[in-house]
Amino acid sequence: MISIDSLTKTFGTVRAVDDLTFEVRPGVVTGFLGPNGSGKTTTLRMLLGLVSPTAGRATIDGREYAQIPQPARVVGAALEAASFHPGRTGLDHLRVFAPQVGVSDQRCRELLEMVGLADAAKRRVGGFSLGMRQRLALATTLLGDPPVLVLDEPANGLDPGGIRWLRELLRHFAAQGRTVLVSSHVLSEVQQTVDDVVIISRGRLVHASPLAELAAQAERHVDVVSPDAEALKAVLDAQRWSYAPASHDGTRVFRVADVAAAQVGAAAYAAGVELHALTQTEVELEDVFLRLTGQTDQPDAVQEVAA
Amino acid sequence: MRAALVSEYRKWASTRMWWILLIVMAAYMAFLGVVMAFTVTLQPAEGSGAMPIDGIDAALTVYTLGNALGYVFPLLAGAMSMTAEFRYQTITPALLADPRRSVFLGAKLLSAVLIGLAFGVVGTLASVAGGAPILALRGDGAFLGSTDVLVPVLLSVVALAIWAFVGVGVGTLITNQVAAIVVVLAFTQFVEPILRLGMGAVELLEGAAKFLPGAASEALVGASTYASLGMSDLLQRPAGALVFLAYGLLFAVIGRFTTLRRDIT
Repeated sequence: MISIDSLTKTFGTVRAVDDLTFEVRPGVVTGFLGPNGSGKTTTLRMLLGLVSPTAGRATIDGREYAQIPQPARVVGAALEAASFHPGRTGLDHLRVFAPQVGVSDQRCRELLEMVGLADAAKRRVGGFSLGMRQRLALATTLLGDPPVLVLDEPANGLDPGGIRWLRELLRHFAAQGRTVLVSSHVLSEVQQTVDDVVIISRGRLVHASPLAELAAQAERHVDVVSPDAEALKAVLDAQRWSYAPASHDGTRVFRVADVAAAQVGAAAYAAGVELHALTQTEVELEDVFLRLTGQTDQPDAVQEVAA
Repeated sequence: MRAALVSEYRKWASTRMWWILLIVMAAYMAFLGVVMAFTVTLQPAEGSGAMPIDGIDAALTVYTLGNALGYVFPLLAGAMSMTAEFRYQTITPALLADPRRSVFLGAKLLSAVLIGLAFGVVGTLASVAGGAPILALRGDGAFLGSTDVLVPVLLSVVALAIWAFVGVGVGTLITNQVAAIVVVLAFTQFVEPILRLGMGAVELLEGAAKFLPGAASEALVGASTYASLGMSDLLQRPAGALVFLAYGLLFAVIGRFTTLRRDIT
């Protein structure tokens, strides 16, 4: 269980993380979402003892990271795929950290194999692609077989196959009862992976719930077109649906909120109104995410600071 | 601490930069050994007023070139072992593996001393190998059997190891790799030599020059190119050793409470 409790970090006058409180439960994958610069990485760095909070606490099973003896056996964390010496080979990168995690060279080799880098063990990281670096970073986090995983933007740079592989791996870890926290600035990237979502914007919590509850916030609507606009309006009014007329390439489209296409079609059919188009717009989670994080309005003033 | 030391050893063993520095140092010291041995065995021109360097002094000047002129190499190696952690952000996974920052710094300092010993052995042997045959053939002899020569030669190895230790301190203070390299090069190749010569010429500052790190290291070794040329005097050996070590410790402690207390972002 990861607990973030009233966590705050200010850099100069900027509150990069502002009184943030949430919990991450074991056995599920939790997505930690927010636009670039919303304070995700700063939060994770505070959780991992790299950045000291201005106020509040971040704990893993009740202990701060620095208080855990051999913490890499409890928490596997990867922050940014860039933390490699380019002259070191993939295997040597793991071997550098193995003594403190307390694992053997054999374990390093097994992990390279597990993340699909067995062939690159003797190659210098400088020649690795971004996707390969992500895999190596993941291997580093898994060295100590930790029950808690904290991954910052792990899908960055992975090809579609890699993203799918990562998704299955993370789901597998959660199924084993591990705590998995994955950050991303794109909801759709992790939408199929996460069970819970924690969304922050400008350092503040804007939403925390199971993904399904977030999806419930998504507003579905139906676009409908009829040659007899007045008759259609009468039908919509009779049903007491809320709608807004819109113009689409010269045709009058009615956007009807929170109904299914079948309901609109049935009502029109019953009233004998001719329809030329009937389009259901499916749940767009990304829109909800963008709305919650205020990305639909203007650029975030905090954005550049805390990345 | 043991695990941290093994980790540091593996960091050294898996990178090449310090090998390049070591090889360049060997070549440079052998070259300087040859040049210096020729120089000191030249007879000064009549009436030039120059004091000839001969006998054991000549041998000492040649054999301790590593510390006098080659210390920039272990200093750079030590500094870069720390700045590389910041440049490549490997300090993040390093502190995730063990968040105890004093242990991190301590392991780096200790491992740098070991690597510094390699620089000391290689650099000193190279200047001996370059200079001894020429001293034996053209000068008063190689003096390789004399304790008065062997003790400073051994201490030259020790001094070069301490330079690597000082380097880690410098790298902790100046974490930007390029800046650290520039500062190390400028200080060792330009600032300190000028200061030592300049301060020696100003009566008020004359006493202070011997507290500069290079002068202190030469006091530890007990031989100095500068001093043998009559340009500056040195501290006694124990005092010099303490001043020299104090530089390394001071840099490391300041680094611990500045760089390594800050947020790692």
